[in-house]
Parts: sequence; C-alpha cells; structure tokens
Amino acid sequence: MMRSRLFGFPGGLRLPRWKDLSDHAAIMTAPVPDKLIIPLQQHTGDACRPVVAVGDRVSRGDRVGQPPGYYGACIHAASSGTVIALENHPVIGGSAPCVVIRTDGADTWSPCLPPPLDPGNIGTETLIERLWSCGVVGMGGATFPTDIKLAAARAAGVRLLIINGIECEPGITCDDRLIRERAREVVLGTRLFRDCLAVDETLLALEEDRTEARTALEQALADTGETGIRVVSVPARYPSGSERQLIEQLTGREVPSGGLPLDIGMLCQNVGTVAAAWRAVTRGEPVTGRIVTVTGQGVCRPANIEARLGTPLAELIELAGGYTDSAARLVMGGPMMGVSLTTDALPLTKGCNCLLVGDNGDLPAPQPAMPCIRCGACADACPVLLLPQQLHWHALGQNLDSLRSAGLDDCIECGACAVVCPSHIPLVREFRDAKTAIAMRDLERERAERARQRFAFRQQRLERERREAEEQRRRKKEALARASESASGGDDPRKAAIQAAVERARRKRAASRPGHGQSVPTADDERT
Amino acid sequence: MRFPEYSAPHLAPATSVGLVMRRVVYAVVPGAAVMALLFGWGVLLNMLLAVTTALICEALMLRLRGRPTGPYLRDCSAVLAALLLALALPPLLPWWITVLGVAFGLIFGKHLYGGLGFNPFNPAMVGYVVLLISFPREMTLWPAPAFIGGTGPDLWQTLVYVFSGHFPDQLQFDAISRATPLDEVRVRLGQDESLQAIRGGPAFGTLGAHGWEWINLLFLAGGLWLLRCRVIGWQIPVGVLAGIAVPALLFSLIGPDQYPGAAFHLLAGGAMLGAFFIATDPVSAATTRRGRLYYGLGIGILTWVIRTWGGYPDGIAFAVLLMNMAAPLIDQYTRPRIHGRGSA
Ligand code: SF4
Ligand code: SF4
Repeated sequence: MMRSRLFGFPGGLRLPRWKDLSDHAAIMTAPVPDKLIIPLQQHTGDACRPVVAVGDRVSRGDRVGQPPGYYGACIHAASSGTVIALENHPVIGGSAPCVVIRTDGADTWSPCLPPPLDPGNIGTETLIERLWSCGVVGMGGATFPTDIKLAAARAAGVRLLIINGIECEPGITCDDRLIRERAREVVLGTRLFRDCLAVDETLLALEEDRTEARTALEQALADTGETGIRVVSVPARYPSGSERQLIEQLTGREVPSGGLPLDIGMLCQNVGTVAAAWRAVTRGEPVTGRIVTVTGQGVCRPANIEARLGTPLAELIELAGGYTDSAARLVMGGPMMGVSLTTDALPLTKGCNCLLVGDNGDLPAPQPAMPCIRCGACADACPVLLLPQQLHWHALGQNLDSLRSAGLDDCIECGACAVVCPSHIPLVREFRDAKTAIAMRDLERERAERARQRFAFRQQRLERERREAEEQRRRKKEALARASESASGGDDPRKAAIQAAVERARRKRAASRPGHGQSVPTADDERT
Repeated sequence: MRFPEYSAPHLAPATSVGLVMRRVVYAVVPGAAVMALLFGWGVLLNMLLAVTTALICEALMLRLRGRPTGPYLRDCSAVLAALLLALALPPLLPWWITVLGVAFGLIFGKHLYGGLGFNPFNPAMVGYVVLLISFPREMTLWPAPAFIGGTGPDLWQTLVYVFSGHFPDQLQFDAISRATPLDEVRVRLGQDESLQAIRGGPAFGTLGAHGWEWINLLFLAGGLWLLRCRVIGWQIPVGVLAGIAVPALLFSLIGPDQYPGAAFHLLAGGAMLGAFFIATDPVSAATTRRGRLYYGLGIGILTWVIRTWGGYPDGIAFAVLLMNMAAPLIDQYTRPRIHGRGSA
C-alpha cells in the first residue's frame, strides 16, 4: 500500500519559480471594502439567480444567489450591509450580473448560518448538502462545484483520494501559505473527504521545494494522530499540479482521454477546497472569501491576502504596496495559463488564486511569430505527448478534422509548447481558436441536422396527411357508389351524375386494359 | 490603471530561431578552424564567399516574396546553411562554383518552396549535390592537408586561383592536390588493392585519416556542446553515427581487407559534420522523437552504402536528401501515443 516511487509524466518544463517573491509573506486579511461587487457566477455551471432585492439588508454569509438548477454553486454576501444594486458589472472575462452591497462596516455574521456539524460522523449525503449550501467550489482555479464532484465520486466509487497542494505555475503561493499557516484545517478537511468516501489511500501532494509546508503538514498529522494520509513531494516541474499529470506521476496511470479521474477510481481536490469544506462543516461558514497571491515585479510588496469575494482587485494591489513604475501587465492566475486583464477595476471571485503584475522583462509583449522550423521543442515539452507542430500545421490550414484526429481535444492548454517555441508561435491561442471553431462547426452541424430532420418529418407528415385524405375521399366515394347502386339509379340527380361518371371511368379503364401490355393504371385513372 | 491584453502563456519565451541558429554557428567554429589550419586560406575564403552570397540571395528573395527582410535575416538560417555548404566544399574551388551552389541551394532549395520552415530538402545539401553532379572534377580535388604535403598555397596564391582558376608562378594544382582518404580508399579498393596496403600510406593516421580525424573530433565536440545546450536532440546524431558505424564494424569483421572499420568511417570523411550539423537541420528532418532516430539511422546506413558500393566517395549529401524525402512518411508512422489514449 505504501507507494514511494514516483512515475513522472512526459514532457514538462522547469520554469522559473518566482516563489521567493511572496512565499515568506504571511497571509494578511484585507479590510472590508466600502462596496462589494459580487458576481452571480463564480463557478463553472449555470449563473445564479439573485435571491435578494435592492434595499435588502444582508449579513455576512447570507445567500444572495442560488443556481437555477443542479449545475451551479450558491453565492453569499461577503460582509454585512445593504444591497444597493443588481446590475451588470465588468468581471474577469467580460461583464456579468452582480449583486452590489454597500457594506456597513459591522461585518456581522448572518444569524441563520447552517448549524455546525460533527465532522466525525457526517454522512456523505449531509456533506454534499452542506457543500452545496455553503457554495464550496474547486478553489485551485477550476471552480467546479464540489458537491457535484463528490456526488459523482460517491456514485462511481473512489479508491485513491489525492489532495493537490501543488502550485506549479510560477509565482503563486496562496496554497503554500495556507498549508503552512492552517495545516490543521487542511488535514482535517482531507480526513473529512476520506472518511466520507471510504477510500483505500489518501495522498497529499506538494512540490519538493515546499519544505516548510511539508513540515507544517507533518506536524499537523502528528498533532491530529492521523496516520492514513501520506504527504508526497513531487519534482517542481510544470505542469505537475495539473490533475492528469499529477495522477500520472503519483500512480503511473493515465486518465483516459475525454474521461475523468473517477473513471479510474481517483478523486483530486485542491487543498483550499478541503479547507473551505472543513469550515463549511464545522462552522457552517459559507465561502465568502479566499486567499489570493498578489505578486510579480510590478507590485511593490508581493503578498498573500485573504480577501472578501467581491473586493475590487485594485484594493488588493494597494495592499501589496501598489504598482511599481515598471508594471506593464496584469494577469489573473499564473504566467502560463493566467488570463490577461485590461483593468484592475474588477471584483475578486472564488477562482482567482493569483494576481500577477509583470514588467516588460518577465512578461514581455509577444514577439512576432516566425514560421515553424519543426524543431520539435514543443513536442518535447508537451505533457500529453501531442505534436504541437502538427496541430499548428493543421490549424494554419484550418483543417478541423485533422486537428481533431491529431488530438486537439486532449490539449490541456498548459502553454508549455508555446513557451519553448523558438519561432514564438502563439500555439495555445491557435489551439483555443481551433477548439472554438470546432465547437461552432459541431453546433452548426447539429443545427443543420435538426433542421433536416424537421424538414423530413414535415414532408412525411404532409405525405401521410395527403394519403389519409385520399383514403378518406376514396372511402366516401365507394360508400356513395354503393349507396347509389342500392338505390338503383334513384331519382337523386346528383347521385345519377356521379353514377354516370363512375361508369365512364370504369369503361375507360376497361378499354385501356386488355392486350396492350401497358396495363398499369395511371394516376389519372385513380383520381377520376 | 489599464493594461494591454495578451493571450497566455505570458512568460517570456526561452529562445528564438536566431539564437538556435547562432548557437549552431558557434558550435561549428572549432571544427572549421582546424579545417582552415589544415587546408589553408581556401577554407576561409569559401566561408566568406558562401555567407556573402547567402545574405544577398536571402535579402533578394525576401524582397521578391514581399517578406520583411530584417527579422528573417536576423534568424541566421541562411548564414548557417551557407557555412555548412562551405565546409563541405573543397578548399580550392573557383569562386563562381561556390556562389552558384549557395545561390541554388537557397533560391531553389528554400525560397521557391516557401522559405524558412517550408523547404522539404536541406538547402545546403541541395546546393552541394547540384555542384557535385555538375562539376564532379572540381568538387573532388582536395589539396593535401598541411602537415603531410607541408606547403599549401599562401593567401595570395589562393586568391588568384579562386578568382582566376590558375595559380600564379607556375604552381600546379596537381603538385599540391591529393585525393581525400575516402576517395583514395574507394579507388584503390576498386583496383583490388588490400586495405592493409592502402593503410600504409602517409594519408592514414591511427584513427581515421591524417588531419581529418582532428576535424571530425572537433566537430564532434561542437556537436556535444549543442546537445548539452539542448539545441539539438540526441536522436539524429546517434542515429547517423550508429547507422554508419554498425554496418562498417560488421563488414570489417567479415572482410577486414576489403571493408574499412567503423573508426575510419566515422573520422575520415564528413561523418561528424553530417551527423551533428547537417542531418540535424530541423526543417527538413523528421520531427517526432522516434522518427528522428529512424531518420538518422537511415542517413547513416545510406551513407555507408554509398561510400561502400556507390559512385561517390562520400554519401552524406545524397543520404540526407533521400531521407528528407522519407521524413513525412516517418513522421506519420512514429506519432507518439497521446497520453490517456489507448495504443493509437
Ligand atoms: S517549437 Fe515552434 S518552431 Fe519548433 S516545432 Fe514546435 S511549433 Fe515549430
Ligand atoms: S498547450 Fe496543449 S499542445 Fe501545448 S504543451 Fe500543453 S497540452 Fe501540449
């Protein structure tokens, strides 16, 4: 059962770490801002509907948004105050409906938080329900609703639970600080998941240069008398913290293409997620804040800040000493997969683990792309063993089918290929665009197919109706004929006329029938 | 504060085409220097002529094709191709032959296919083969290495010869020329001499051939440096060297009097230059890792076959071009299995 050997994963890069900028900075708590702008979508899934109205008073932890269906996560007020608007506001990645709260400074907790539960004997059902009501999502950045993940895990059965404490992107240290300062929460949160899922083995993965975090965890394990959780250090190699790569290096097994870790009986959770789950269970505390690293050459005092969801990013930058003169680029997330932001007038959300402010040296403007020289550096770096140079070639030719058969869908968009490309080809952007193009085409095809089916149905229906009408007419005609026959040419002139017409037709048919070898009655005959 | 928006990854790129090509140029310097020491001014003159021609052709073609000249000239790929071709040429060659080879290689072998990244054939080898076929006599006339013949032509004599085709003051080419070791072995083996007898001559050193072994060892050193900087992968050079050495070894065990051994093959001709610098041209090589090993092996084996049974003393250029043709096919059959998928 004790697994000590690591299996590695293909490709990958040794990147600059940039951890020393902020890993010494203890988590500081951001003051409550005057105004909280809380987006109604901070998770993957459907956007929440607001459950408050303008003018309502809310307390910290009150639910302000609730998902319309199954796929979503609740959203809560991050401090007490008054709802002053429900409106669209710029958020990371566009513009979205937000609940705007003017805070009152009292920061009182809601009186109707869910009750604390005993983590020792909490059923899976209760845990799932609690995770849902407290809005717990994947805090590593994926923001997938944790209750759904857990429900799926329970249904599928999990043998190996992996708690991911790896921050393989340069610069990010929020999980490192969380582990160092709140190792106990991490351990107890891990235990919570482990006990609910009754897994065989639980691993807690760190990068090997995070020695202090490891010490803290081992201390917490000893303090809690926990022996069923093993801390594993993996080489600091990008993208070792990516779910599939982490699983592969820990277990040597590959998550099937297009599948989930659950397909091979494994579940991954981020350390921040288990800590949030722990709070939700033992204190009934919904997710109203998160730890975010503010770092880079572009801020004066890189920091790890615990801030309320909805806090303007600009205030976090201020807490980190403000911009330096060389600040040139703002990125949400790390330098490899982060999202470039054009402004800091955006609210903090559940998935925002890092604000990276770069200067022109670290994060330079992209250089003009040269043609691919087929050097293969990209393929050597790809953790999925794709051939990015071939994908690039197909992308140039807009050859969507070849892209797909060359494995585009398996690309995790880690950016390793683009960073090593000597021709500075924006490979990831091309691949993302191509994925969009494929999705659009599939949608278009589906729509066309549906339209075709509708058309075919309609044709069939018309045909059927026509035939039925005909049938009806024929029956009526026969009935009439029978009636007139039995009336033996009675005195009804209309009947007599019909009788005559029927007679004529019969004679005509009889005339065209014999001998001529073209005895097939024509449509005209039928219609008489 | 407002910021520009770019797509991920945001990290500064680690390298550039220019850097890659320049490193290969640096790596070729030691070998080229020894070559110049052994074969005289002609080597330097060839390189100078070739690079100048390359820059002019490149600029001209880029202009004609409506491409920006600046970034493409700075990528150094034309300079590198010209240098490699120059190092494959005999040191005393009429200037226009060098110019013709470089120009042909770059114009027909590279730009007419669409320029950098699109040429299916190695431009340097295209130029070389065209010259070899068109001027077989000139292309196989090599002067004796300096410390055997002792007296190579000086700078003035070289210049006069290269630009006029004659030596000044009654110096005759024949007096200083001698066949390359590979050529000599091939011809004399063809005359049924035994390898033992041929080896006795002054042209052959302990390892390979006098002089040539040093050139090859320094190219090897440059190549190892490239490997260490990860400018090239090990697959192609190892493939080429193994492809030459293994059959050479086997046959020399079977017929030690007819077949020269592995050391001779690796050190007497252009094996190291070919393995580390020419075959590794990424554009025209196979691009998958496994494919590159096969590609290299193919070049090595073909080289040995051509040297042993073919009509030319050294076969690297032909072998490279032949394998260039096979590269797309090799790539197709050596695609790695995508992570998470069953055997593809
Ligand atoms: S790294 Fe860039 S230049 Fe090299 S093969 Fe890949 S895409 Fe082409
Ligand atoms: S972005 Fe896609 S293609 Fe590029 S290295 Fe990552 S997984 Fe491979």
